Amino acid sequence: MFDWIMESFYNLPVVMQILFKITLIVTPLMLAVAYTTYAERKVIGYIQVRIGPNRVGPRGWLQPIADALKLLTKEVILPTNANRFLFLSAPVLAIVPALAAWAVIPFDDGMVLADVNAGLLYLLALTSLGVYGVIIAGWASNSKYALLGAMRSAAQIVAYEIAMGFALVGVIMAAGSLNVGEIVRAQEGSVYHWFLLPLLPLFFVYFISGVAETNRAPFDVAEGESEIVAGFHVEYSGMAFAVFFLAEYANMILISALAALLFLGGWLSPFQGILPEGVFAWPAIGWVLDSGIHWFLLKTAFFLFLFLWFRATFPRYRYDQIMRLGWKVLIPVTIVWLFVLGVFIFMGLGPWFA
Amino acid sequence: MTFELLLFYVFGAILLGAALALITVRNPVYAALFLVLCFFTAAAIWLLAEAEFLAIVLVLVYVGAVMVLFLFVVMMLDINVEQLREGFTEYLPAGLVVAAAMATVLTLVITRFITMDPPEPAGADYANTLELGRILYTDYVYPFEIAAVILLVAIIAAISLTMRRRPDTKSIDPTEQMKARREDRVRLVSMESEPRERKKKKGA
Repeated sequence: MFDWIMESFYNLPVVMQILFKITLIVTPLMLAVAYTTYAERKVIGYIQVRIGPNRVGPRGWLQPIADALKLLTKEVILPTNANRFLFLSAPVLAIVPALAAWAVIPFDDGMVLADVNAGLLYLLALTSLGVYGVIIAGWASNSKYALLGAMRSAAQIVAYEIAMGFALVGVIMAAGSLNVGEIVRAQEGSVYHWFLLPLLPLFFVYFISGVAETNRAPFDVAEGESEIVAGFHVEYSGMAFAVFFLAEYANMILISALAALLFLGGWLSPFQGILPEGVFAWPAIGWVLDSGIHWFLLKTAFFLFLFLWFRATFPRYRYDQIMRLGWKVLIPVTIVWLFVLGVFIFMGLGPWFA
Repeated sequence: MTFELLLFYVFGAILLGAALALITVRNPVYAALFLVLCFFTAAAIWLLAEAEFLAIVLVLVYVGAVMVLFLFVVMMLDINVEQLREGFTEYLPAGLVVAAAMATVLTLVITRFITMDPPEPAGADYANTLELGRILYTDYVYPFEIAAVILLVAIIAAISLTMRRRPDTKSIDPTEQMKARREDRVRLVSMESEPRERKKKKGA
């Protein structure tokens, strides 16, 4: 039965195969986005000693579906004197890079849509494109608050992209490859082989820049609801507004997935090299303990939870402090650590670079 | 016609169209966006030429950073297009000279390479990044280092040119703010508690 399915799959035209794979990635991703919004409201609710959404469906599980239906049926309002074409294309420009980046994410060993050589560079390029949606939305809305939000966001994203790029240079140095799958395989061995320890400062820089790149609290000055109402998407309504949110959450999941892949060994099991090999042969338990997609999803979910935790914990940064942190703290830290890393690699230190 | 060739012509047509629109369109924001489109299609053509590193870096640096700042400035400034067009006839001779020089150079390059056979496509294990890195850090290491130093000097020069002390602004240095300790702001004073005044008796 299974062979027959696989065989008929490989008999399909290549374009159909790729489309099928894309559906396999995007559908769970969209579901994950929907339920991340639910998780966000629940987690922040519990942190603030509330229950969070609990009316729609059992324990509020159908809340994201209800939200989606509501947004779908709402009118998309075009503001007067807004630039019609750019106003409607801005949400598309926001979501396309957020989805296209998933093409090079390996979910398990070899489970990747496009196993390209320069995968990490591709990711860096695509995450830097998301800012166009924000800028164009801000400008095309013909609204001063939207423009202010877009300007803040543009400066912030460009600043933090540099720190993020430098942090990723450290990963590339340690792994000796730009291919994301190769980077994970370079961390194989045991939990001590993961890049988390030798690249610890870069990991912090990466994740802080990731939070800033996605315009999440405490770096959400692009939205700044207490200062500029909602920033760049203040004039958007209905599905056009929802697409911006889809993009933001898809980007959050992407940053979390990348943190798991680049620093925490992606699909590799933390028990690898610690438990005896025989354990992994046990039925059921062995599969759970062995490396696989579930470890990747678990690590991603952990980082995603950090995003929500940050939002409930930290007050919003002031704009000049954001710029200071990006340019004067994070970038020097990465540059210093790149030198240290060079020395580590030269000396063949520890289990990582031996 | 192979699929790659078809893609090349499609991207080439978009690139030429966007470049033409870039210099003819009136709205400066549209012009900047057309330039973004130019970079993008140029990157796609480089990808077809198996130069994936250059293509992605073109998108990363020019589209992701440079053009964002361009748009930033263009959107912030209230550019008067009429004023910009005023000196058109005045600068026309100089422009024509530059155009002629560029056309000559381009023709020289194209006529030299147009008769060349297309190079053999590289194998599947060819990595553009690796090859570029190998050449940059071996054969061309000195030019590469010199270019890096020139860029560093340019960065320092740009920063020192734009840096100015402005005592009239009310901006606060975050470093100074971070240095503030509780002791600087809060003073705990221990005071003897005063006995509560008794309510005065009626009629007193």
